[in-house]
Amino acid sequence: VISININGHDYAVHAPDDMPLLWVLRDLLNFKGTKFGCGIAQCGACTVHVDGRPVRSCMLPAANVGARKVTTIEAIGQTESGRRIQQAWLDLEVVQCGYCQSGQIMSAAALIERNPAPDDTEIDAAMAGNICRCATYARIRAAIKSASRR
Amino acid sequence: MTGPRLISPLAISRRELIVGGLMVAFAGRARARPERVDATGPSALGGFVRISPQGRISLVMPSVEMGQGIYTAEAAFLSEELDVRLDQIEAIAAPPDASLYAQPLFRAQLTGGSTSIRGFWTPLREAGAAARSMLVAAAARTWGVHPDECATKDGTILHSSTGRVLGYGDVAELAATLPIPEQPKLKPPGDFKIIGTPQRRIDTPAKVNGSAVYGIDVVVEGMKTAAVAISPVDGGKVKSVDETDARKVAGVIDILHIDDAVAVVGEHYWAARAGVEALNVDWDLGPNAKLTTASLRAEVAKAADEGTPLKALERGDVEDRLKTAAKRLTAEYELPFLAHATMEPINTTVHVRPDGCDIWVGTQTPVVAQKHAARITGLPVDKVSLHNHLIGGGFGRRLQADTIEQAVRFAKQVSYPLKIIWAREQDIRHDRFRPCYLDRLAAGLDEQGRPSAWIHRTTSGTVRRYFDEGGWPEGKLDKDAVDGAWDSPYAFPTIRVDWIRHDPPVKLNWWRGVGPTHNVFVVESFLDELAHAAGQDPIAYRRALLDGNPRAMAVLNKVADAAGWNRPLKPRSGRGVSLHQNFGTYAAVVVEIAVAPSGEISLEKIVAAVDCGIQINPDTIRAQIEGGVLFGLSAALFNGITFSDGRVEQGNFNDYRQLRINETPPIEVHLVESNENPGGLGEVGTVSAAPALGNAIFAATGVRIRRLPIDRGLLSKRDNA
Repeated sequence: VISININGHDYAVHAPDDMPLLWVLRDLLNFKGTKFGCGIAQCGACTVHVDGRPVRSCMLPAANVGARKVTTIEAIGQTESGRRIQQAWLDLEVVQCGYCQSGQIMSAAALIERNPAPDDTEIDAAMAGNICRCATYARIRAAIKSASRR
Repeated sequence: MTGPRLISPLAISRRELIVGGLMVAFAGRARARPERVDATGPSALGGFVRISPQGRISLVMPSVEMGQGIYTAEAAFLSEELDVRLDQIEAIAAPPDASLYAQPLFRAQLTGGSTSIRGFWTPLREAGAAARSMLVAAAARTWGVHPDECATKDGTILHSSTGRVLGYGDVAELAATLPIPEQPKLKPPGDFKIIGTPQRRIDTPAKVNGSAVYGIDVVVEGMKTAAVAISPVDGGKVKSVDETDARKVAGVIDILHIDDAVAVVGEHYWAARAGVEALNVDWDLGPNAKLTTASLRAEVAKAADEGTPLKALERGDVEDRLKTAAKRLTAEYELPFLAHATMEPINTTVHVRPDGCDIWVGTQTPVVAQKHAARITGLPVDKVSLHNHLIGGGFGRRLQADTIEQAVRFAKQVSYPLKIIWAREQDIRHDRFRPCYLDRLAAGLDEQGRPSAWIHRTTSGTVRRYFDEGGWPEGKLDKDAVDGAWDSPYAFPTIRVDWIRHDPPVKLNWWRGVGPTHNVFVVESFLDELAHAAGQDPIAYRRALLDGNPRAMAVLNKVADAAGWNRPLKPRSGRGVSLHQNFGTYAAVVVEIAVAPSGEISLEKIVAAVDCGIQINPDTIRAQIEGGVLFGLSAALFNGITFSDGRVEQGNFNDYRQLRINETPPIEVHLVESNENPGGLGEVGTVSAAPALGNAIFAATGVRIRRLPIDRGLLSKRDNA
């Protein structure tokens, strides 16, 4: 049994030791907003926060999370940074197919949380791990700037 | 049909089914299809608007939303004429029913080829107008007044002289019993309130908070999840399976076999995946076991040498003009197989029961999927329900239902609903690929350097054989193979375009931009070669060939101005241009790059000018061009599917890599105003991308890119270069 805190709630799940957090979230706890993209931490679709830091949940065994707090896309809007990022995403119409955007938003929210006014280089560095096949990158960059100016 | 009746929203298809129930469906008028003139027959009725007595307005989306913004556009067509606001409606995916939801340009229910706007522009406005007219008639009857005395606004009907007001929901039930107007009057474009005005997309709020449900997110009561092992070589079969270790994996429930794959069913995906990894499958690799990229390329070249060309276009005496030309050029271009690599990996959820089958999936081809499921299960087609979902990237991949067929073949072996998810490596390796192409070109220049003769021969497989029942007959031209080549924007005085068919032993599919993605790269690159051979500026050279094509001229001029075409650049930097007219839209793109001494390419700036006719949602037009251009650049820079020992050599985003944000330059999109019918957009930018990039590389380095993906080795600066 693994004990894990997600979005402020404690859960106990029966899961193999090597089961990634991604599949614990998706298949055991029904948090479907976090997406499976590549399984090898190459695309960032599975990004969640662990103690506020963006991590790729597809390669992090849930058993290794321990007492740290997990935040997913379902709850990121309850943080000021997450709310601002989500609003900027809508205001600038970043989203196309949307499948990668949970991960993009989680990476972006973590970025402006620690760096309230990132420049292009800092945005690129923080977001380079998140692939978007619709290639919404120019708007992602603009939306992060818009969210950070407020 | 009498009395109330509860129905599943997805089962609604005919207006007579739904009178008096929870919802009332409106039929739009019959679509203008010459082969179906019987407007009173049920198959001639549309079914796009549903209004509940409580006033809930549901609009049925004939096209599937995969990021292109089509839900917002199709809802705008309906809402504009129905006279409701976009924030008053909900969009629901159409069930498979080609009699109602066929794309008029294909006469089949599928979403692709940048056809949705072009095909549904008129029928959906007519459906909205018909529904509005029936609601007005119902209100007028209720009040005992003439319909002409009534007006509508935001889902209400008003009788102005008495100030009476009824909501659409109040009269929906009565309205559904009234005759459908044969020719509902459409608004003149000047009266549009929604179309042409920037609209918030209706699909995006759920996509920023994690609540949007894609196929992969479907949860069905009692569902189990499977991972699969698929023959590593296409065409291979399962010889034998040692299941011993897999069955020991905690959480593994079942192991299922079909001829070319094995599924391990688990309590959750991770158990299933671990089970697959513990399987020992002995494969009979079949006829493709020795396939290599070298052998595939050699076969294409042989076909190009020996095959019989099928003519697409011949104008003037090309051979004579070539012979008498002042200067002659020839070139060979080659494009690779490409995978779609959508962000959402392939997945399907299926529940097969003795009396029916349900499929939950995101597909671009719901009717074909339904038909396959009926064949595999032995059920009548009307017992197969397909619940279409938002798609996490289509790009053409989900135009084929092979993956749904596989899921049904597994699911029919069990009683519970089964969700199958492919690993990313399977999504890429078992994709059906954009064809590879070999193009041979020849041109003659006259004394002024103008192209007096233009010959373009393409050798490739046909994608159409995967879409037409009975395949594609030998000796018949597949227009897709020459689209963008025979219909370029330019007035070539003599031209011949033909195609040699060579079907490779690799399964093919359409890919974003279809035929034009390939041909426009070849045409625009070779035309650039001609301009340089003539010693002329590439844009000036193009302009001289655009007499009588003002829309193409306008986007070319616009992009030249906006990109600062003549502004000087640093050494090893360059700008390249491309121009094309496909999908009913005109696009010119300038890509500016810098090439490092190592040969690495950095994208500096992208400028696009687009005339897509009447603009439906201007911001979405820009978004499609921005993303579409980058999608095409990503493929040109990085992607080619190669084979070794019959196996696809790429498998994930580490070795089938994609453009990332740190490689993305600023992008400007300029829209050129037009009152022409609206054109397609999903594929326009992708088509523009590779030729503009290749031409920029030539401008920067003097190296002509004739093969994709771009070989950086050609661009590294050697001592004398």
